[in-house]
Amino acid sequence: MLLADPTPGLDTGDTAWLLACTALVLLMTPALALFYGGMVRTKSVLNMIMMSFVSIAVVTVVWLLAGYTLAFGDDAFGGLIGDLDHLGMAGITPASLTGHVPTLLFAAFQLTFAIITAALISGAIADRARFGAWVVFTAVWTLLVYVPVAHWVFAPGGWIVSKLGALDFAGGTVVEVNCGASGLALALLLGPRIGFKKEAMRPHSLPLVLLGAGLLWFGWFGFNGGSAMGANGLAAAALLNTQAAGCTGLLGWLLVEKRRDGHATTLGAASGAVAGLVAITPSCGSVDLLGALVIGLAAGLVCSYAVSWKFRFGFDDSLDVVGVHFVAGVIGTALIGLFATAAMTGGASGLLHGGGLAQSGKQLVAIVVVAVYAFAVTYGIGWAIDRVMGFRAPADHELRGLDLAVHAETAYDHGVLGHGTAATHATVLAHTSDKASTA
Amino acid sequence: MKLITAVVKPFKLDEVKTALQELGVHGLTVTEASGYGRQHGHTEVYRGAEYRIDLVPKVRIEVVVEDEDAEQVLDAIVAAARTGRIGDGKVWMVPVDSIVRVRTGERGPDAV
Repeated sequence: MLLADPTPGLDTGDTAWLLACTALVLLMTPALALFYGGMVRTKSVLNMIMMSFVSIAVVTVVWLLAGYTLAFGDDAFGGLIGDLDHLGMAGITPASLTGHVPTLLFAAFQLTFAIITAALISGAIADRARFGAWVVFTAVWTLLVYVPVAHWVFAPGGWIVSKLGALDFAGGTVVEVNCGASGLALALLLGPRIGFKKEAMRPHSLPLVLLGAGLLWFGWFGFNGGSAMGANGLAAAALLNTQAAGCTGLLGWLLVEKRRDGHATTLGAASGAVAGLVAITPSCGSVDLLGALVIGLAAGLVCSYAVSWKFRFGFDDSLDVVGVHFVAGVIGTALIGLFATAAMTGGASGLLHGGGLAQSGKQLVAIVVVAVYAFAVTYGIGWAIDRVMGFRAPADHELRGLDLAVHAETAYDHGVLGHGTAATHATVLAHTSDKASTA
Repeated sequence: MKLITAVVKPFKLDEVKTALQELGVHGLTVTEASGYGRQHGHTEVYRGAEYRIDLVPKVRIEVVVEDEDAEQVLDAIVAAARTGRIGDGKVWMVPVDSIVRVRTGERGPDAV
């Protein structure tokens, strides 16, 4: 092996951990596909899953060609955007290092974050988006929204991290607030599903939702633990904080459901766990275990109410990207201002650890700027796509279900009727003989 | 001949089948069905949003019997399907003009 020579400065333990974390976080997007897929009706489950899967492909290509350099290249302009030196990953070799790990690995790890953030938005526009429009949207959105925000918060020269001094360990703003505000913009742009608030749009498979939530939880250890960028005590603390908040989020949501609705539900358990995990994402590297328990609980309690806001305000955020991801992302990012401890951050501390209100102010600025930017630019991108190619699926496609209309497939075949006859071979043969005759 | 149709609670199917077998009825058709009478469904809760599920799952059992057995079979079905609570279902009977066994071509009571 040519590459087996030791690279000076490379830490093999850190590298091994981040390689594993990259795989863990990549799995979160198929997990999200199941989580979302189970929540929609039978007629559009494949389309819902497909929106996540195609995000993996589109965002990867965009990221490798231009996204990485704009997000993590040297700062080009006032902490707002990276330079173009590494277009197509130019100039980065297997020996290039970011910290103690290969730059190629760092780019791959950050890529998995970009993928899931784009995929998360799809939950806000379930059952009613043109597939082609979604493909175009994920590409443009990654470049115009995800990449700048990632630069502001995650890149060493980014203005939020270096000038403002807000803390966001693993993406409470970059991932959660970002996808929530973007999801809201698209939900408003596309309008509600046909039958919203009148028809029962029940989840078609709660076992799929729970399977997806479980795999998301598993992947989240890589998401938050990997954000320590090394195999060290901070990664361990982030990982344990993640577990703590996921659990109190789950319990908090169930507590509300039991008191309010009379039943603790499986969808509530999955949603509460995700809410807690979302909230601890920005804060897992800056709070102690007690802080993590409280942050998760707060997210579970608040989000269990926040998911009903869409009915009150009349916007169809179908799978509660706003109610769970945005709200919990805001909670977790804001509560850093209370619970941050110097033992974790090595510097800044929150109100409850003698740091006053300064950190809270920085956190709120970061939340507002990212939310407003994401909402405004996403709305603009969505509007442009709608004008050019139409973003919303035709009504008859929506009513029949996008699975059949868009993908020519159905998810389930349980009955004894309607197996059809095999036209495939005849079709294929016809095509090949056409080609042969014109060749 | 009579066609007896029973729409009953799904968990009562085995008891109805047993009661029919004891009477010597050796064929029946069962279909999964949904409907409502006075029971009118139930409520499910997803993320705090309540949904009224109007249609209640039922099974529909159909048997064709000779006229002299019809009342006895009908009573047996009713007795087996009854829980005494709302939603126990309905059983009805209509005359059958003709019936054919597909395999042999037999007609009338021989085909039952």
